[in-house]
Order: sequence, then C-alpha cells, then structure tokens
Amino acid sequence: MIKYLIKRAIFMIPLLLGITVICFFVMRLAPGSPTDLQTQMNPKASTEMKERLMSMYELDKPIHVQYWSWLKKLGRGDLGTSFSSDHRKVADKILERLPITIIINFLSLIIIIAVAVPIGVLSAVHQDSLFDKVTAVLVFIGFAVPTFWLALLMMIFFGIHLGWLPISGLRSLNYEYLSVWGQLADLVKHLILPVFISAFGGLAGLSRYMRANMLEVIRQDYILTARAKGLSERQVIYKHALRNALLPAITILGLSIPGLIGGSVIFETIFAIPGMGQLFYLSVMARDYPTVMGILLIGAILTLVGNLIADLSYALADPRIRIS
Amino acid sequence: MGFWKMFYKNKLALTGCGIVILLFVVSLLAPVLAPYDPGAIDLKNVLAPPSGEHWFGTDQLGRDVLSRMIWGARISLKVGFVATGLAILIGMILGAVAGFYGGWIDAVIMRFVDVMLCFPAFFLILAVIAFLEPSIWNIMIVIGLTGWMGVTRLVRADFVSLRERDFVRAARAIGANDARIIFMHILPNALASILVAATLGIAGAILTESALSFLGIGVQPPTPSWGNILTAGKDNIDIAWWLSLYPGLAILITVVGYNLLGEGIRDASDPRLKR
Repeated sequence: MIKYLIKRAIFMIPLLLGITVICFFVMRLAPGSPTDLQTQMNPKASTEMKERLMSMYELDKPIHVQYWSWLKKLGRGDLGTSFSSDHRKVADKILERLPITIIINFLSLIIIIAVAVPIGVLSAVHQDSLFDKVTAVLVFIGFAVPTFWLALLMMIFFGIHLGWLPISGLRSLNYEYLSVWGQLADLVKHLILPVFISAFGGLAGLSRYMRANMLEVIRQDYILTARAKGLSERQVIYKHALRNALLPAITILGLSIPGLIGGSVIFETIFAIPGMGQLFYLSVMARDYPTVMGILLIGAILTLVGNLIADLSYALADPRIRIS
Repeated sequence: MGFWKMFYKNKLALTGCGIVILLFVVSLLAPVLAPYDPGAIDLKNVLAPPSGEHWFGTDQLGRDVLSRMIWGARISLKVGFVATGLAILIGMILGAVAGFYGGWIDAVIMRFVDVMLCFPAFFLILAVIAFLEPSIWNIMIVIGLTGWMGVTRLVRADFVSLRERDFVRAARAIGANDARIIFMHILPNALASILVAATLGIAGAILTESALSFLGIGVQPPTPSWGNILTAGKDNIDIAWWLSLYPGLAILITVVGYNLLGEGIRDASDPRLKR
C-alpha cells in the first residue's frame, strides 16, 4: 500500500512538471507584459522605469532562464512574489483564500452525492416510471444550463424578489455585532446560493451515471441469487446492488474535481466570494504571472490528489482490486 | 434498420435537429429578422421592460435586446463550429496516429492527453484568453486547443480495435501506404463516433464562449453575444430581470438542441449504444 502510494506520488512529478512547462510558456509567449498595465496608466512612467520593472521581475531574461529560476524557487517551496501592488508572497495570498474554495467545493460534493445517488438509484429501480422520465428530462436540462445564468436567476428570485438570501460576499455588514450563532447563521445564508450553484453542474452527470450503473448491476447473476434466496427487495437493492453500483461512481467523483475547481472561478466571481477562483480571475486580469502560475499549480495538484484518492477508495471499497 | 429510419423515428432527435436548423436560419437571416439595428442606441428608452415595441426589453444603452440576441446567435454558431472543428481536427489526427502506430508514439501522445486533462480546463482557457487580446478568433482557437483530448481518446480506441481487422490487412496487401489506410480505410469507420463528439462539442463550446463573454474576456461589446448581454443583466440585476432571463434561455435551448441531435445520431448510428 505505502509502496503503491510512493510510486503514484513519483509518477505525479513528471506530470506536474509538464503542466508547469505548458503554463509557463503559454503565458509568457502571449503578447503584452505585466509592466504595460503598470506603466501605460501612469503618464510619469518612462521607458527607463519600465526597464527597471522588467529587470525587477526578471522579465528581461530569456524564457527558459525565467522558468529555471521559477522552478528553483519552487524547489525551496517558494512560489515567488506577486506582481500586484501589495507585493505579497504568492503562497500567502493563495493559502488565505484556499480554505474557502475547498470548503465550498467539499460542501457541494456532499450535496452532489446526497442528491444524485438516490435519484440515480430510484430511477433505475423504477425504470420507465413517471419519476424516471421526469428526472431524465431534468438531467438533460441540467447538462445544458449555463450555471452562471442559473446563478443570476437565483440571485434575482431569492435575493432581490423575495429578499431571503444575500447575493454577494460571505458576511453581512453587521457581522461583527452578531452573536456566535448569528454569525454562523449569517455565513450559512451567504453560502446557500454559491454551494447550490457549484453543486448543480455535477448533479446531472452523477445521477445519470448512477442510473446506468444501477441498471447494469441489477441484471447481474448475484442479484438474481439474492432474490432467489428470499431476501426482501429492500435488502437486495440497498445492500447488494447499491454497493456495487457505487464503486464506479467513486472514480467519476475524482474526475469531476477539475470541473469543480474551474467552476469556482465563475461562482466566486459572480457571488464576490474571496476564494481562490476569484483570486485567479483578478490575477489573470492584472497579468500577475507568479500568482496565476501558483494557482494553476495548486489546481493541478488538487486534481491529481483527487484522482489518487478516487483510485485508493476504489481499491479499498472493492476487494477484487488489489493495488500493488 | 438504417440510420435515417432510426433517426426519423426518434422524436427527441428530430426536435434537436429542428432547433439546430432554426438557429441556422435565424443566424443567416439576422439582418432581415432583427426588428431593430442591434447597435442602435436610444438613450430616451434605457432599460425599458419588455413591451409590444421591444419584446425582450432594452439594455442599459436603450438597444433592443431581441435584435441583439438574434445577432448573437451568429456569434455562438460561429464559435461553436470553428472551435469544435479545430478540436476535432487535432483530436482526429493525434488519435489516429496514436491508435494506428501504437508503441512509444502512442505512449507520448496519450501521456500528453493525460497532462492536458489534469488542468481544470476553465482555468487554462481563462489564463490563455486573458493574456491574448480578447477577440472572437482567439476564443475559438483557445476553446479548440483545450477541447481535443476527448476526441483523441475516442478515435484512438476506434483505431486500436480496427487496425488488426481483415480489411486493413487486405488494404496493406494491395500496397496501400499508411496515410491511405488511416484516412481512406479506418477513419470512415470511426466517423459516426466523431460526428457525435462534434455535435456534443459544439454545445460545450457555446457554453464556454458564453461563460467567457459573461466574465468580460470573450466577445467584446459592442458586438452582441448572449454571454455579454448577460453581463449587462448582472450589472442591472436589481432592476432589469429581462436582460438576465432571455439570453440564458437562448443558450439553454441551443445547447439542449445540439445535445439532443448528438444523442440522436449516436442512437441511430449504433443501436447497441442506446441507453
């Protein structure tokens, strides 16, 4: 087991290196430089000042030299310093925002599983029933709805029309004056819409997948055996069939992580949530190379770790699979 | 049952086909169909709610939303086709080469696919687009360049299963070269799955374009696109619901149309795949 983990971790390194090379070169080869934004706005900025900025950011060196120096810093656990006016460490900037993004994504993963698995199972068990048909239509629409549009509609309906939920940020203005429970309730209220929107994209995929798995499993011989030996329908479905249908779904969850992380750019921007996605959007707009590189790297690591966890839990859940 | 017969019997697929054809017609006839000039500013009539004159209301500059949506259909059609065409072209060539030759070529290409799939795709698109000048051409190219991995896997799988078949051996026996075998003999057998991937890919590309335009780094105003009308909807969220509702509905219906068509083609071309 430990040997397998080490092997997988070692395999991740060239993959990550490949990712950083692609990101780095694509970004630097694009026309325009971060110093443009800082000097063009400022009429007092001279060419000389621009050159000084360029050499401060090491942008005047050949690109492979820049990459090597970035990589060397990374080896020391240093993601560099942000180009933005606060000149803070990239690692600090990301770390203070990462928990929010991870919490929201984690909550939405729980919702996805809690809603999509029962829907998938029920529509498979009652194949071609009204429930199955209605969910099939909903799932199909779910695949096609632009989540940012759904977010807008929900903001209009729940936030403005009904006035039930706040539509931006994580805290109300009077947050400081609330009791502990009041603060918690405030936070939950702010999280409802973002978490729902973030979960929405994954719901359709997983419930359809669960339905297909379940349909396949209930045709297997061991289900026939379970029925033949007189087990109740409940036991057959929820004990024998569900367990086996859940297995492949674990992999799908692992694979859905990049989508969730990518989606956080959209919903964090819409709902003005100070998470990693919003930081990414702001850094990209400001051409803050080190921060963008840092977030791309973290995103890739989260994706790879997600895949690894999916593989491991798959092996743990299914005794037929032996990892070595 | 033949392909067309299966397809005609599938009501959902026909609905999808109808939606797609309708979109084509609207895009082609945009200058005729649009009741107003999509760029005509009317400052006396700013953010007017839907009425008999302006069915879908007006935006923050008094422009007619319906006219802008009709012209926006052109943009999404163009982005969908060009971006997906590029993705299919890259995916088809890489997948064919990887599946046909196998060995280290296959290993290199498929590892590259793995690397590309590790990115949160939207992150990558956002990064590249923002560093390039945002323009419709750049969007199409970037969406295409980040969307070919699925097609590569698909085509490779088809090639791996087909390359040992008798008709390939026969072609080789009569002296056909590799390129001829790949493009004339094997590829036609993989066309159905490529067509399905392309149709579903167009839907995805349209969704991505609208998200990028919504974030302000896609199609730039004053060119109308469904995504950038929604940006105006967000800016005026407390007063003008019509700016948010209608363009999103257009995106939804379009994507549903392409998805229905794609699944219809899949079911008709290979009944075994029917779920």
